[in-house]
Amino acid sequence: MSLSRAFFAVIRRDLVLALRRRSEIANPLLFFILVITLFPLGIGAQPHLLQAIAPGIIWVSALLAAMLSLDSLFRSDFDDGSLEQMLLSPHPTSVLVLGKVIAHWLVTGLPLLIVAPLLAVFLGMPNHSLGILLLTLLLGTPVLSLIGAIGVALTVGLRRGGMILSLLVLPLYVPVLIFAGNAVQMAGSGLPVDAQINILISILLMALVLAPLPTAAALKMSIN
Amino acid sequence: MPWLVVIFLLLTAVGLYGGLYLAPSDYQQGDSYRIIYIHVPSAWMSLFIYVVMALAGAIGLVWRIKLAEIVMISSAPVGASFTFIALVTGSLWGKPMWGTWWVWDARLTSELILLFLYLGVIGLYGAIDDKRTASRAVAILALVGVVNIPIIHYSVEWWNTLHQGPTVTKMDKPSIHVSMLIPLLLMAVSFKFYYLIAMLQRARTELLLRERNAQWVKNMVSELK
Repeated sequence: MSLSRAFFAVIRRDLVLALRRRSEIANPLLFFILVITLFPLGIGAQPHLLQAIAPGIIWVSALLAAMLSLDSLFRSDFDDGSLEQMLLSPHPTSVLVLGKVIAHWLVTGLPLLIVAPLLAVFLGMPNHSLGILLLTLLLGTPVLSLIGAIGVALTVGLRRGGMILSLLVLPLYVPVLIFAGNAVQMAGSGLPVDAQINILISILLMALVLAPLPTAAALKMSIN
Repeated sequence: MPWLVVIFLLLTAVGLYGGLYLAPSDYQQGDSYRIIYIHVPSAWMSLFIYVVMALAGAIGLVWRIKLAEIVMISSAPVGASFTFIALVTGSLWGKPMWGTWWVWDARLTSELILLFLYLGVIGLYGAIDDKRTASRAVAILALVGVVNIPIIHYSVEWWNTLHQGPTVTKMDKPSIHVSMLIPLLLMAVSFKFYYLIAMLQRARTELLLRERNAQWVKNMVSELK
């Protein structure tokens, strides 16, 4: 099997598996919506306040939703041994890992984009910043999956990896949060956001190229 | 080891004497600036140790040298302590200067994130039972962290800056007077020695713990008895 065929086979397999277990798609999405619903309840429904902190809330919730969904990335494959088979295959592990991460993003990251406009309306965000919000989510959430994959790969062999995973992964999410949150904030005030978007694109490209390598190394370590 | 302690004590004594007694007060900040003799070297050390950790981790990963792994893992708690000291002294200094214990200033924030990175390293090492596997995991994490630190640092810097600009590492001429600079550098060197002492002590214990079933350790213990 050629490398590109193996790559797409991994994506296809993971997508089919995800479709068979739909709750895994729904969980991060529901979490995302719930957390955002909690904020107005917690701080009071003043429109000005909500509008001011809306970009931050949406992005922090997206971060948490992405983190919660990470565990499903390698867990079931680790448990049933198919991860081991994947590492034994002649293809470079990092490419297969990239395929898995892409499938994971399609299942858990992309749905966030679909509900984000609704939540933006909930929080009273101005309409003209909606496009930028979607753009930052489109550029930012794959980075979350890519960086998160490193953390999961390091902790997949542990029985209780959940707490430690958040400690490993959340500090690394800081740059994405800063630039994405700021871009949406600036767009809300009608300012240009090219710089932030360009930086997000460069972060995404760097993560695409670099993140699969330590993930593959960490998986090999977790398996042995 | 005793030599290191002697050098450390000597340097600290001279550095503190120079910093707290000989150096003049700052014309703006009065005597409160003197906390930099602890704060700045700790902040330097916090970054320095992370880099050492990543380098030792890389050496451990590539050549599978056990000692490099031990150096790496012994460095982590020392580095975390320096980061913590830098944060605490920074906030003590911030109270009279900025009028508040904590501000979301760029460098304070990136120092805080650095502390979380250290805690992640320590936590991950503690969570994995097999210590050789744990060392490899930590090495990968440290390498990922060292790539990310500049990105985090600059993104946070860009996000918000209130901290006073760098005064020592400017390219042309430090904007700090020599009488203040010399004790500061002495303290920086003395902190390096402290790190060596603390790290070597931890490394010794760690090595004995890992090799507790080896013959040479058993011989050593029976000699002690």
